[in-house]
Amino acid sequence: MTASNAVELGRLGLDQGGYLLIKHALRTVPVGSAIQVSGESPELAIHLRSWCRTQGHRIDFLSQTSADHAPIAIIYRGSAETGRWVGAQSTGDASMPQQHAPANWGLAGRSATVEAGSPSFEFPLNTRTEVWAQEVARLYAQALAAQWNPLAAIPWDESFDLPDEIEDAVVQVMTYLIENETAALIIPARFAAQIHPHFREVMQLLAIQAADEARHIEVFTRRALLRRAKLGLSTAGGQASLKTLLDETDFTLSGMLLSVLGEGSFLSLLLFLHQYAPDPVTREIARMVSQDEARHVAFGVAHLTWHVNEQPSCLDRLAIAIERRHDMLANTAGLNEEVFDALILLAAGSLQPEALRAGWNKVQTLISDMDQGRIKRLRKIGFSDSKAQSLSALHTRNFM
Amino acid sequence: MTKPFLLGAVAYDAKVVTIWDGFQRWFAQHDFAFDYMLYSNYEQQVEGHFSGHFHVAWNSPLAWLQAERIAARTGRTVKAIAMRDTDCDLTSVIVVRQDSPIQTIRDLRNKTVAVGASDSPQATLIPLLHLAEAGLDPEKDVNVHRFDLLVGKHGDHIGGERHAANALIDGRVDAACMIDGNHLLFAREGTLPANSTRILAQTAEYDHCNFTVLDIAPIEAVARFRELLLSMSYDDPSVRPLLNLEGLKQWRPGRTEKYALLARAIDRFHTIDAFVDKVSNACRYP
Repeated sequence: MTASNAVELGRLGLDQGGYLLIKHALRTVPVGSAIQVSGESPELAIHLRSWCRTQGHRIDFLSQTSADHAPIAIIYRGSAETGRWVGAQSTGDASMPQQHAPANWGLAGRSATVEAGSPSFEFPLNTRTEVWAQEVARLYAQALAAQWNPLAAIPWDESFDLPDEIEDAVVQVMTYLIENETAALIIPARFAAQIHPHFREVMQLLAIQAADEARHIEVFTRRALLRRAKLGLSTAGGQASLKTLLDETDFTLSGMLLSVLGEGSFLSLLLFLHQYAPDPVTREIARMVSQDEARHVAFGVAHLTWHVNEQPSCLDRLAIAIERRHDMLANTAGLNEEVFDALILLAAGSLQPEALRAGWNKVQTLISDMDQGRIKRLRKIGFSDSKAQSLSALHTRNFM
Repeated sequence: MTKPFLLGAVAYDAKVVTIWDGFQRWFAQHDFAFDYMLYSNYEQQVEGHFSGHFHVAWNSPLAWLQAERIAARTGRTVKAIAMRDTDCDLTSVIVVRQDSPIQTIRDLRNKTVAVGASDSPQATLIPLLHLAEAGLDPEKDVNVHRFDLLVGKHGDHIGGERHAANALIDGRVDAACMIDGNHLLFAREGTLPANSTRILAQTAEYDHCNFTVLDIAPIEAVARFRELLLSMSYDDPSVRPLLNLEGLKQWRPGRTEKYALLARAIDRFHTIDAFVDKVSNACRYP
């Protein structure tokens, strides 16, 4: 028996972690081979007997001698531990996911070894083509670093004085933003639960995206209720438009409709609000929110670019999804009149005719900016110039 | 459809359903039609066995002795066909607090000893026999504090032993009885912190549960059932979770010689006499 096959526990009991030394020694010998154990803990023999029984090791006790450190038992390594890892699966490389993640990898982290017979989990989004994006890890790290605290980031106490009708317009725009951001929270949250954890960066990014939207809902609500007791109007057409986003169950198509087209257009709207909102609180909210939304759009574009690159026929599916949504919304009012009017008023800052004309022009520029942004992103994904233009024109009048 | 080979088991815990559902699937994959029925207590199960309700019983050691004695009284024969590796060569221990003045079994005279359920072989019957054979009559010489949890389940539920261990640490009792493995388990989960207790005595070895068949069980099906059980391998991922739940690494052929200690205990305490009388009489004069 070599030194490594002999375990001297001294006064360390098995009830104090002594079994770890025995486990360690057993791993150094083949199944069926023996190690010797010695020790002085009063309960050692009783504990060794029950521990070996549960672990599947045979134990023989030696007759007591008076010699110091004399072994008290010989343990023969059982086959249970090695048997347990027969047929275990490797879950691939830590740095890059596999193309397909099997259901029985379950919740294991990438590159972990999974015991055979582990339960199967139903994660419907389980291929790299369907969910991945080249820059997802970087975007997640960026999102983490850019989290902000609404209490500290927004100058809630800064004084300003707005005419009643302008304040009402701000409240109406906030009311509209809240319901849009609610849709933008629910959608990634739902997909986060459907993505195989093997693609953890995507799951993490969607989770933080949902957290971003939770914060946006909070700041928009707080701004709306800063000077008023309740929110403004929510229209059937606006909600119908958002409902088509929630009804889209395909991750890639949803990414197109929500992130690339919807949040992409929203980004222009937030920059507009940052520039033209009549009060410092709304302007700062718009600035902070737009930073988060830019990341959401970046992931949408990165994912679709990846997907189209892996599977070019996907472009046709994307175009059909845009056309289908347009057809579904053809009979709704689109952007509600109250929101459109509120944007003009908000940009005008007063009911003076000249100010209204300027406000009107700014909103026209906004709509044109939104269109240009959409075309740019559609082209980045892989659509031709003309297709990008025609698809952008089909985007909902509700902006999102 | 082939009539399934039927097992009787006691539902001492909700996991029993998971275990036998799992084994049913595994047996089906091996072309063996198997089903099971659950009883809420071993006495019902033993009666059901003698009434022909099922073919094989998953019996506690006490239920095995009940079946063995009823069979002997009614001219039948019983056999233990298989058991868990972890049910062989068990011992129970009597534990005191580390700082207790109690140094020997005799020091337990007039002290309070916590035991498990009244029908638990490991936490009550065998440790009390140990006291009795050491000269302390559990009826007169010690104050036995019973943690009578889930009587009828023959101590399969660990709760009684854990309550006894808690009572020892809280100072409500002077000693507590438990199966040897639970002394280590309770240390690991913090119920008995390391060095807080001392093992005062250890009983002789005994065996625990077995699969019991009566003489009228279908011979071929019993043989196939036993053969399949013994072929289950811990290397097989389809059966390993079930073996883990049932607490074994390997099924072994049944043996009965190590029920002698428990038999001595029930002879001494008359634990099952009335039940054996009742069922034997019902079998003889149905």
